[in-house]
Amino acid sequence: MQFFFEVTIGGLLSGVMYSLVALGFVLIYKASGVFNFAQGAMVYFAALTFAGIVDAGMPLYVAFVLSLVVMTILGILTERIVLRPLVNQPQITLFMATIGLTFFIEGLAQIFWGATTRRIDLGIQDEPIPWLLDQYNIVVSTFDLTAAALAGVLVAALAAFFQYTRIGRALRAVADDHQAAMSIGIPLQHIWAIIWGVAGFVALVAGMLWGARNGAQFALTFVALKALPVLILGGFTSVPGAIVGGLIIGASEKLAEVYIGPMVGGGIENWFPYVLALLFLLVRPEGLFGERHIDRV
Amino acid sequence: MFYRETGQFKTSYAADQQIFPIRQDRVGVALLLVFAYLVVPVIADQYWFSAILIPFLIFSLAALGLNILTGYAGQLSLGSAAFMAVGAFGAYNFMLRIPDMPVIPAFILGGLCAAAVGILFGLPSLRIKGFYLAVATLAAQFFVIWALTKFGWFSNYSSSGVITAQQIYLFGVFAVDTPAKKYLLTLFVVSVMALMAKNLVRSNTGRAWMAVRDMDVAAEVIGYPLMKTKLLAFAVSSFYCGVAGALSAYCFLGTVEPDYFTLDLSFKILFMIIIGGVGSILGSFLGAGFIVLLPIFLNITLHPLFGLLGIDISTAVVSNLELMVFGGLIIFFLAVEPHGLARLWQIGKEKLRIWPFPH
Repeated sequence: MQFFFEVTIGGLLSGVMYSLVALGFVLIYKASGVFNFAQGAMVYFAALTFAGIVDAGMPLYVAFVLSLVVMTILGILTERIVLRPLVNQPQITLFMATIGLTFFIEGLAQIFWGATTRRIDLGIQDEPIPWLLDQYNIVVSTFDLTAAALAGVLVAALAAFFQYTRIGRALRAVADDHQAAMSIGIPLQHIWAIIWGVAGFVALVAGMLWGARNGAQFALTFVALKALPVLILGGFTSVPGAIVGGLIIGASEKLAEVYIGPMVGGGIENWFPYVLALLFLLVRPEGLFGERHIDRV
Repeated sequence: MFYRETGQFKTSYAADQQIFPIRQDRVGVALLLVFAYLVVPVIADQYWFSAILIPFLIFSLAALGLNILTGYAGQLSLGSAAFMAVGAFGAYNFMLRIPDMPVIPAFILGGLCAAAVGILFGLPSLRIKGFYLAVATLAAQFFVIWALTKFGWFSNYSSSGVITAQQIYLFGVFAVDTPAKKYLLTLFVVSVMALMAKNLVRSNTGRAWMAVRDMDVAAEVIGYPLMKTKLLAFAVSSFYCGVAGALSAYCFLGTVEPDYFTLDLSFKILFMIIIGGVGSILGSFLGAGFIVLLPIFLNITLHPLFGLLGIDISTAVVSNLELMVFGGLIIFFLAVEPHGLARLWQIGKEKLRIWPFPH
């Protein structure tokens, strides 16, 4: 039982990381209907930028601010150069454009910072919490817990931003209905630029945490793919969905690996989330929190 | 002036319904086929066969398969490479386990295996659509590759799942061993299957697919069975991808490991149909040609270009620059001509018809 708890908690905590990546997808999909496949590449780029600046001898907070500036510029440029010429194209075209963007960003990141793995040290200890270890003999890393707390703060901050600021209201209006938002005078293009900037910020946080865990390396772009089953589980348009979906995927894949894995030879972590999401979709096609889709002829 | 159907009268239904109703098109296609079958094997060298022509044909076939599913039936899929893998490993196992298995039936059986897997992973399409479906097809991608690596039976218990394609003989006697012969076999399979696809999409089946693509509820209302139509699209598409996979094992790569059929390959095939033209048979070929030639072209041009500027660059930088140019070109292409190369071809034909007048 105690082993079960340990695996579940470990899974939940790694699920938080998936949620962070999925959050970036949801923000952009909600606001502009673009399925931004490049979010994973953005996470990679952000992690490398942050690590690169820290390696150049800057303190952590300077590196954070500088990378934030870089990511915001990247996001805004993406909106201007890639998506603005493609307005009114079918969704699949926009999706393809973001796959092109993925290649571009991956190439750019490696030309700038090299393809080597960089370590990120955020100054957070990666040790089991002594109290839990003594009391219940369960290993929970302080780092994972801090990361989860950071993610929680981030989501709360985003929620507050959406709820209480002028720009946040405009963002929600755009997400609800583009045309109606435009007709009451909300500048659509500015809003899109802002949302890409925010997605860049989320990518930076995810990149820093992932990078500190596993090093800023190319494999980060694959990890980001795990955000996709999180999305279908939680629904493409729901921020709470991304969080809950991430937790479910994280916990279930670890549990499946431990309990089902040995029966079929292991390594099922790679596809289990997708199959889980698929089975789930058969019951609820719009995801946990997605908007119910009604077809009209 | 030269490309004009004036004076070509049709006196029978057969003439009205033929694939290429304009004589110039028929002559053009015939010339192209003659060139591909008779002239190319003579003039091309080893490099052209194994680096350009054979991959081009194989990817065209895979793109054709995906185009049937995405372009005609409107179901987005990111798992084409997985279906290619099933085809390759299926054909390998039939050749391995059945003595004196002829090669073409083995390809077909491999394709049928892929079709079965395609139907299985196409089942969710009955409930979900769009990007949800695209992500669902990723399940096929990861699951198939995992299964092929994990279960030794598929690769005859070779280490890390690598298979080595057997020597193939046509009708038991003609050994297909040189690149030229492999090219001809590939060309034969691809041209027959392209012809089949062309006819399929202008038949009742094709019209059913297009109806489902344009609006599935409406298609259902006018009496097309959704389940049958969608699953048939998945089956046919996976069959094409499967045969393409078998061809790539036997005529292109020789030794294949499951990891060759990665998600990247699926994306490549998707790029081919987007750049070539979604919902166009010709587009599959144009797109495959573009994607096969682009890296070669970049590789040839980038080095001298930097040499000219006097900058000495490492191969790592070049490969990253290739990535960037590749991504940039795709974005550029989508912005300039979202309907793909096939659309450009059509515009060109229209212009030719009315030439020398502007309208």
